[in-house]
Amino acid sequence: MQEFAALLRKQDRQPVRYLVVDDSVFARKNLARMIETFGGQLAGEAGDGAAAITEYDRTNPDIVLMDITMPQMEGIEAAERIVQKHPEARVVMVSSVGYQENIVAALQRGARHFVQKPVKPEVLYEVIKYVMGEDGAVASAAAAGAPGGAGGAQ
Amino acid sequence: MKMELIQPFINAADAVLAQSLASPLSIGNLSMEEEAYRRKGMAAMVRLTGDIEGRVIFDLDKETAVRVARCFAGAELPESDDLVRETVFELANQVIGNAVTTLNDQGFHFRVHPPVLHAAEHGAKNSEDTEALVMCFETASGNVFMNIAMQYGCAQVKGAAAGSHA
Repeated sequence: MQEFAALLRKQDRQPVRYLVVDDSVFARKNLARMIETFGGQLAGEAGDGAAAITEYDRTNPDIVLMDITMPQMEGIEAAERIVQKHPEARVVMVSSVGYQENIVAALQRGARHFVQKPVKPEVLYEVIKYVMGEDGAVASAAAAGAPGGAGGAQ
Repeated sequence: MKMELIQPFINAADAVLAQSLASPLSIGNLSMEEEAYRRKGMAAMVRLTGDIEGRVIFDLDKETAVRVARCFAGAELPESDDLVRETVFELANQVIGNAVTTLNDQGFHFRVHPPVLHAAEHGAKNSEDTEALVMCFETASGNVFMNIAMQYGCAQVKGAAAGSHA
């Protein structure tokens, strides 16, 4: 696994907190592993859009990584509902279905960015940095994966 | 056999397997199949309807699926039927999602149905119109079989007959 300089929240220098939403256990594990290498913290997980809305309210993450095709409620609709309720929410769609119509629909309904599966860690890292914008800060490489940093769900 | 419809699936499978398994792979056996599909391990079938109609089957034996699962997750995972099923479904979703992206950007619109477990030892017999291409991707984790039968949907065929461009 590649190493990355830790991405932190600028305001308090704490790890960026992520909500990972995907109906595939593998995809969630894979994203959680990447988040760890980015020095982030897994705030919560959800297996469908409806659960994502509940988990967002519960965990108030900095970033949501959201699959599109899921049972119960699809990711684009869940993203729209989250952003309607929390306009500051940063939702990044992560899907294998990356055709233009889908991307445009996601962006029009509140998503900030799109990453195609299979996810390349270096691409996701850059997208997270971009989406965090001025609220994010890059720490030294040694901070990534440091104790108390990544991995623990709250 | 409409290679222009099948090629995006081959390219997607090649790309997804190479990246997810982080190892080189090659295409081994390649054959046309008019007879019913004979399942080799745990198989997931995805149907497409619309401008393009047909189905794709991904088929892995249990040991291969467990090794692929460990590559996907980047961690040791306990072996179980659920793990094997989830692996085959995830592989199907990623490959088909990537292929659909290419085909959709070419102007084809169709519905991708959720993957279903292809539980029967033998599938339904293919018709001449849905002659299937069976490919074996030889990977470091084992062999991954992909069986594709794809054709233009009714609207596309009628449009072509009428001289219109779909």
